[in-house]
Amino acid sequence: MNLVCHVAFTHIRARARQTFVAMIGVATGVGFSIMMAALMEGSQEDFIRTLVNALPHVSITDETRSTDPQPAETVYRAVAIQGLKPEDGRRGIKNPAETVAALEGWIDGGVAPYVAVRGIVRVAGREIGVSILGLDPRRDRRVSNLHEQMRQGRIDDLNTAANAIIIGSRLAEKLGARLGSRVDVVAANGTRMQGFVTGIFHSGVRTLDEGQVYTLMRTAQILAGRTGYVNEIRVRIADPMNAREAARRIEARVPYKALSWQEANEDLLNAFQIRNFLMYTVVGAILLVASFGTYNIISTITHEKARDIAIMKSLGLKESMVRRIFVVEGLVIGVLGSVLGWTVGYLLCLGVGSIEFKSPFVDASRLPLLYHWSHYAIATTVAVLASAVAGYFPARKAARLHPVEIIRGAT
Amino acid sequence: MSNGTPPGEVLIRARGLTRILPGTVPVTLVRNIDLEIRAGEFVAITGPSGSGKSSLLYLLGLLDLPTSGEVTILGRDTAEMDEDERARVRLATLGFVFQFHFLLPEFSLIENVTLPMRALGQRTDTEMVDRAVAILDTLGLKDHARKRPDQLSGGQRQRVAIARALANEPPVILADEPTGSLDSKSSQQVFDILQAVVDEKGKTVVAVTHDLGYAARMDRRVHLVDGAVAEIVDQRHAAA
Repeated sequence: MNLVCHVAFTHIRARARQTFVAMIGVATGVGFSIMMAALMEGSQEDFIRTLVNALPHVSITDETRSTDPQPAETVYRAVAIQGLKPEDGRRGIKNPAETVAALEGWIDGGVAPYVAVRGIVRVAGREIGVSILGLDPRRDRRVSNLHEQMRQGRIDDLNTAANAIIIGSRLAEKLGARLGSRVDVVAANGTRMQGFVTGIFHSGVRTLDEGQVYTLMRTAQILAGRTGYVNEIRVRIADPMNAREAARRIEARVPYKALSWQEANEDLLNAFQIRNFLMYTVVGAILLVASFGTYNIISTITHEKARDIAIMKSLGLKESMVRRIFVVEGLVIGVLGSVLGWTVGYLLCLGVGSIEFKSPFVDASRLPLLYHWSHYAIATTVAVLASAVAGYFPARKAARLHPVEIIRGAT
Repeated sequence: MSNGTPPGEVLIRARGLTRILPGTVPVTLVRNIDLEIRAGEFVAITGPSGSGKSSLLYLLGLLDLPTSGEVTILGRDTAEMDEDERARVRLATLGFVFQFHFLLPEFSLIENVTLPMRALGQRTDTEMVDRAVAILDTLGLKDHARKRPDQLSGGQRQRVAIARALANEPPVILADEPTGSLDSKSSQQVFDILQAVVDEKGKTVVAVTHDLGYAARMDRRVHLVDGAVAEIVDQRHAAA
């Protein structure tokens, strides 16, 4: 065995207990880092997956990013118009069938038109505000998972009765509605009809399950009071992560606002970034604290071994060789501690993953965890680097020891 | 002869060697020493406590740097060498024996003796172990080869220190009061070994000693007073 490793391993063997304590420090840091990363990324991924499955990847609405300039403003620079009254009601998307067909021509995914109306549902005097979404059952399959979320009935059942509606599971509970129940539906413009429940869905997202009602497009158009009216086109693309770019390209081709799911949930995603920053700061701090343990043990060894270092240098060992001995000791603590930390991290994940809980927002019953090799690799890299640095500083000091001073002191 | 060096050839030459410890009150350890150490010699450095014996030995062994003057080893001026080069010269050319054995306590005798060989890196593992066992055998320690230093007596430890000094077959052994911490019997054994190293192996030994009896039996005696050479006595001629 090479001299550096030989001396380093002998030192470690001779201080097995201290070395083990330092390793436990590193293992704890690595273990908690792995658990934290699995928990944070798991919850983030679970949340995003739920969001992506429940919402359109890109939503094209009959709005524009900025108000259209008034004709007078475009002609006369000096003109400024104030106190404009917004147009009453939404205009709808012009030529929706052509727009959908044009988008289907180049988008890698599905495109479907919708009619979105605000309204309330009323049963036995109980009123609940809802979003009513008129859809085409045949096309909806291409852009949403509603067909998979049906707990009772099918989407196609919307075609089996007049004024058929599908309601969320929580809304059904609140209303006491079941399949075949009749509920009053009132649109924001006052149009009312008696809806017939042909299906109950459960998305797992509370806001949808208790506030979303699906119906056929033509039923929604009646509620909106406008025949042939389409005010939203939903797009689902093969890779949801490309939704932002897809929305940008759509906006370049159609004169309406295209909102990606990322933009619609910008605040949430920013919150995730802040949360991740905080997580990695905490994880870094844990590993830094663990590296102090390594620093401490290497410092102690170099202090105790000052005489041996002087002897080795007097025999002819170079400074770099002496330095490497103690860096190797730090690395050994870092590597062995990390390997132990993998087990600690995995067990912590199993433990945390087995805890049951109730969330008011989603219907998950256990903490979502993401098991990924990168968590182990990152924690190990940071821990080993921290241990190497922790070993380096006392090693450098040890290598600079003047042998004569130590020998004179010893004699 | 030692490493092919003809007897009488100058191995170490010191010229105007001075070492002053800096500080608010600078202390002169060694003052303007001129000295030549020749191949095959057994040289004693004597003098009262604080006369600079060990300091001179450390300067000759490149463990310390002179404030002024120069040390030449095997014809090479060491003044221009960096620390790594000096370490290399110590490893290949010089062997050290200190008053206290200064063995590495966690290592077995074989590991202690092979340490300089491992650092030099010119032998295989098997060759290093075989050589270490052979040296320990000549010093009567073969049966203890797997033991650790704390399982040996003081005299045995000092013999291991000599074995370690001989590991790389250096032409010069520098010994700093090698018998200083031993009882008379062990001292005699250690002195006899060093004598044999000179007589039988053709090495050069420079030993700091307080013991004038041993000093009188060496080839030359360099006597220091207040850091300067008071006299150099060639005792071979005196014996003749």
